[in-house]
Amino acid sequence: MKKWLTLLRQRPSLQAWLLLLPSAFWLFVFFIAPLFIVLVYSFLERGTYGGVVWHFTLENYRRVFDPLYFKTFWRSFYIAAVTTFFTLLLGYPLAYYIATRPPKRRGTLVLALMIPFWTNFLVRTYAWLTLLRTHTGLINVTLMSLGWIHKPLPLFGNDTAIVIGLVYGWLPDMILPIYATLERLDRSLLEAAMDLYASGPNVFRRVIWPLSLPGVVAGSMLVFIPSLGAFVTPAILGGGKALMIGNIISNQFLAAHDWPFGSALSFVMMAVMLIATLIYFRATSGEERRQL
Amino acid sequence: MSDANLARALSRRSRMAKLKKRLSEGLFSGYGFLGYLFLYLPIIILVIFSFNDSRSTAQWAGFTTRWYVAMAKDHQIILSLWNSLFVAVVSTVISVIIGTLAALAMERYRFWGKLMMDAVLYLPIIIPDIAMAIMLLIFFDLSGVGFEPWKVHFFGVHLAVPYSVIIGHVAFNISFVAVVVRARLAQMDMVLEEAAQDLYADPWRTFWRVTFPMLLPGIVGGALLAFTLSMDDFVITFFTSGAGFNTLPVRVFSMIKKGVTPKINAVSTLMLLFSLVLVAISLILSRGGSEEGPSTPTL
Repeated sequence: MKKWLTLLRQRPSLQAWLLLLPSAFWLFVFFIAPLFIVLVYSFLERGTYGGVVWHFTLENYRRVFDPLYFKTFWRSFYIAAVTTFFTLLLGYPLAYYIATRPPKRRGTLVLALMIPFWTNFLVRTYAWLTLLRTHTGLINVTLMSLGWIHKPLPLFGNDTAIVIGLVYGWLPDMILPIYATLERLDRSLLEAAMDLYASGPNVFRRVIWPLSLPGVVAGSMLVFIPSLGAFVTPAILGGGKALMIGNIISNQFLAAHDWPFGSALSFVMMAVMLIATLIYFRATSGEERRQL
Repeated sequence: MSDANLARALSRRSRMAKLKKRLSEGLFSGYGFLGYLFLYLPIIILVIFSFNDSRSTAQWAGFTTRWYVAMAKDHQIILSLWNSLFVAVVSTVISVIIGTLAALAMERYRFWGKLMMDAVLYLPIIIPDIAMAIMLLIFFDLSGVGFEPWKVHFFGVHLAVPYSVIIGHVAFNISFVAVVVRARLAQMDMVLEEAAQDLYADPWRTFWRVTFPMLLPGIVGGALLAFTLSMDDFVITFFTSGAGFNTLPVRVFSMIKKGVTPKINAVSTLMLLFSLVLVAISLILSRGGSEEGPSTPTL
């Protein structure tokens, strides 16, 4: 026992691994191992009642690129990109607004942002369901009773509804990192630009925007990745008609009993996320260099 | 141009500039107001219609609390609420202990395999929950661990322990706890710890009397985050729970699928109150922490 303790004292890396033992065990057994199992499953054939037949095949990956599924993939990508664009468009000015208030107001405004941020995502999606539904949603009912429209607006069961739900759900995730970079921004740089007679738009384009890019990149990733893998929002606001890749994946496990295909779909989804992230990082860091 | 004219022209220009600035400032404030309105209005409408004396969630028909009564009488909802709390408490306790140990190792040591552990710790945060859900589903099925909750009889208390759900929640919560605690550790000054060592405190004593009290706000922050994430999770719970086991979000999802009623608004309002309480707790804790600074530990 004593020998062990002295050995432990002499070897810090042994101490580190002792501290890491529980987390490493948990994550390797219940996260990394399952990840590899899914990878292996994606190369197997489906069993009749769920499960798999241990026989190697590339068929699942070929099917991902079937027009039927590829179209859903492309639409999911498109929805996630549009969602990211709109959260940035709405979120950036709001983050800027918060960052330019006096410190005390700023604290209140950030707190006011935390409440929707901490509210259950399912609850927030449900809130939009009661607003957007075609015949019984608040928006259409109100507009019709006011006589402004005579036919309900197509707000539900389509991509518009999904984008609205996703933008609403992930907006705080875009605002918070942008706000964090804007708040840290050195005021003297803005004054220097003004002293050099830079116009308002130029100060923004040449100074503020490049300096806030790390927040923009972080926010975009926080919005894009979960939007591409969205399951709850299309399940509720898509009305069973408009589906995203997350719903197709879950269907393979809950209804179609095609686990290998579901596994292949998830791996392609994760690959798309990885590639999109890398391209986005590359593009924004390039822009940063050019602007400076 | 005479000096007087120049001065007048200049003052007019500065007045114009001031006016322009005030106008843009006003527009900006208006935008800020609209932004917050967008964030809050759907939630407020949701709460309002939980008191609606009709099955509709779009036309107001008078005030009632009957949907809350219906919610309180619904055994399924009450049971799923207890399930949610049980899963959240257990997974928070486990992940806070494991995650804090991991944060200490990652922030205070250099060792072989650190880069790999960094990646392993960050992956559960960035991977979409649907992917993690099916990973766990396949794992529990293939390994024969299964999904059926353990029935525990403990001093006359009958508990159904949904271990598959708890395992999944801990798997994603470890990473979030580790990130929050690491951030706190990175801010902390090592001087006090070194001082303790100089005064011949052994490492064990140094940790409990110096490091731990200073780390506590980070640990509590991590615990609050883990608890919230666990209470909120739908996707991973949905895919890893055995037949008939519901947490509150899973119950709400199946209620939504059956049809919209103000009863769901009532349950949602209850969940909203939970979030508000958690925000309040975290606010009180962070206020206390920032005003007093790190509490000075006594050796």
